[in-house]
Amino acid sequence: MTAVLRRGGLGLVAWLAGIVFFLPIAWMALTSFHSEADAATNPPSFTASLTLDGYREFFGTGGGASPWPALVNSAVASVASTLLVLVLALPAAYALSIRPVKKWTDVLFFFLSTKMLPAVAGLLPIYLFARNAGMLDNVWLLVVLYTSMNLPIAVWMMQSFLAEVPVAVIEAARVDGARLPTVLTRVVAPIALPGIAATALICFIFSWNELLFARVLTGVVAETAPVFLTGFITSQGLFLAKVCAASLVISLPVLAAGFAAQDKLVQGLSLGAVK
Amino acid sequence: MTATTTAPLAATDERTVGQPSARLRAWATRAPLLPALAFMIVVTQLPFVATLVISFFDWNALYPKARRFTGLDNYRQVLTDADLRHSVWTTVLLTAGVVLASLVLGLALALLLDRRFRGRGIVRTLLIAPFLVVPVAAALLWKHVLYNPEYGLLNGLLHYVGGPQPDWVSRTPLLAVEASLVWQWTPFMMLILLAGLQSRDQQQIEAARVDGASDWQIFRHLTLPHLRRYLELGALLGSIYIVQNFDAVFTITSGGLGTANLPYTVYQSFYQAHENGLASAAGVLVVIGSIVIATFALRVVSSLFREEVSRA
Repeated sequence: MTAVLRRGGLGLVAWLAGIVFFLPIAWMALTSFHSEADAATNPPSFTASLTLDGYREFFGTGGGASPWPALVNSAVASVASTLLVLVLALPAAYALSIRPVKKWTDVLFFFLSTKMLPAVAGLLPIYLFARNAGMLDNVWLLVVLYTSMNLPIAVWMMQSFLAEVPVAVIEAARVDGARLPTVLTRVVAPIALPGIAATALICFIFSWNELLFARVLTGVVAETAPVFLTGFITSQGLFLAKVCAASLVISLPVLAAGFAAQDKLVQGLSLGAVK
Repeated sequence: MTATTTAPLAATDERTVGQPSARLRAWATRAPLLPALAFMIVVTQLPFVATLVISFFDWNALYPKARRFTGLDNYRQVLTDADLRHSVWTTVLLTAGVVLASLVLGLALALLLDRRFRGRGIVRTLLIAPFLVVPVAAALLWKHVLYNPEYGLLNGLLHYVGGPQPDWVSRTPLLAVEASLVWQWTPFMMLILLAGLQSRDQQQIEAARVDGASDWQIFRHLTLPHLRRYLELGALLGSIYIVQNFDAVFTITSGGLGTANLPYTVYQSFYQAHENGLASAAGVLVVIGSIVIATFALRVVSSLFREEVSRA
């Protein structure tokens, strides 16, 4: 009896914790559907009528800058760098797992060690280079930098996913005369597809979220969604609904990608060390 | 001369009969690795070398003609500057505070979620959500929607119980930044620890239970030792990301009120003060600090890794 009660009680505690952690997001969602006047009240109003004004304001139909160019830039930077990461990481992971090069663990750790080099350590030379090369405010520069940011994680993740591909299958294809690109695309990729998809999602999320490089290296043309959001840092209560609408819309791709990859997410974020 | 010309010839001969030389084969194995390696070296190592070089120059971008070599002067200045030393301390407090708090909370939540109860999948999804909000958006949410003294949710809820109405960000600025980061990173710790809990040997636990071990004894002597590696991994990965945090500091306080950590300080000293040399020296110091964490980190990750290889 007490065991049943305790189990039920702990389930209740878990529910409570889940609600507490989710409350800020739920409140943000509710506020985004309030009028600005209703959003900025104390005590908070739970019953105010709902409106799409915050979203209209955000998308620029109610005046103000349109977020579309920033959203498009973020999409271009994230998708392009994710594709580039896959193109570079897949062969590398192949060399590290299926046909291991000598000292392959050392190479793997080199990749990881670059992840521990803080972004600020190279920011200034990259800025100076971009300025002299006329590449400031250019979304393709972000593509290159985001690729370097995600490549180590991708190599680690894919190394652990590819290690699960049976070697016999690959040997058979090689005996049949298949060359490396064919082996990768026809044999390895299909088997490791779920892992590759998870890797891609995680790279996409990190690129979409990135602020520091985008803030320093872009301006008007190549501004990304997080940089667009920084425009709200000093905004006062008058724009609360708009801030909430903006934050939610810009978080939506990450929330969707993250929920879709829940299980692989943890394995990926812990570099494949946790299964 | 003859030797060098015959060697490749011999290799070609061998290849024509279908036996590539060992050296060729070694390069064939290495080749797929080279594009990724070359890319990483060019994009991450070269800029760092450049930062290292710039750190030895007195160079303000507003006065480019006055640029000159000063040796270790920038480092001396960085280490004696009270603001910079403060930002080192802030970085330590921020990283240690957030990592420890989110680990403890994450462990508690993972233990709760490891049990079967109605709606476990929904609760898990609710708990993961904070980690999936874009960091700038999460920081804006805390700054405007939760912390605001006049219309923020925190004071709104306090209003119902007749509590005080503090201005959170100006009263406890560092704690305000930390709380928002703990909220974002607890789900990450929970996910790693949950994976750890679910990889426990159930038979061993059953056996202990049959032998009359209490829940606490099982936790203390079986679960916790098993979780040690997962706790370490969570702490290290969390540290790598939080030591570099820029978004929360930039958004919530803009580095004001003593919350400027090293990444923010480096950003500020070159982006706003245009002090290229000083910024680079500070950047190099961040790297040295990271290397200290990284050496420890790599050891832990590699021990995890070795364990897995030996299992395979």
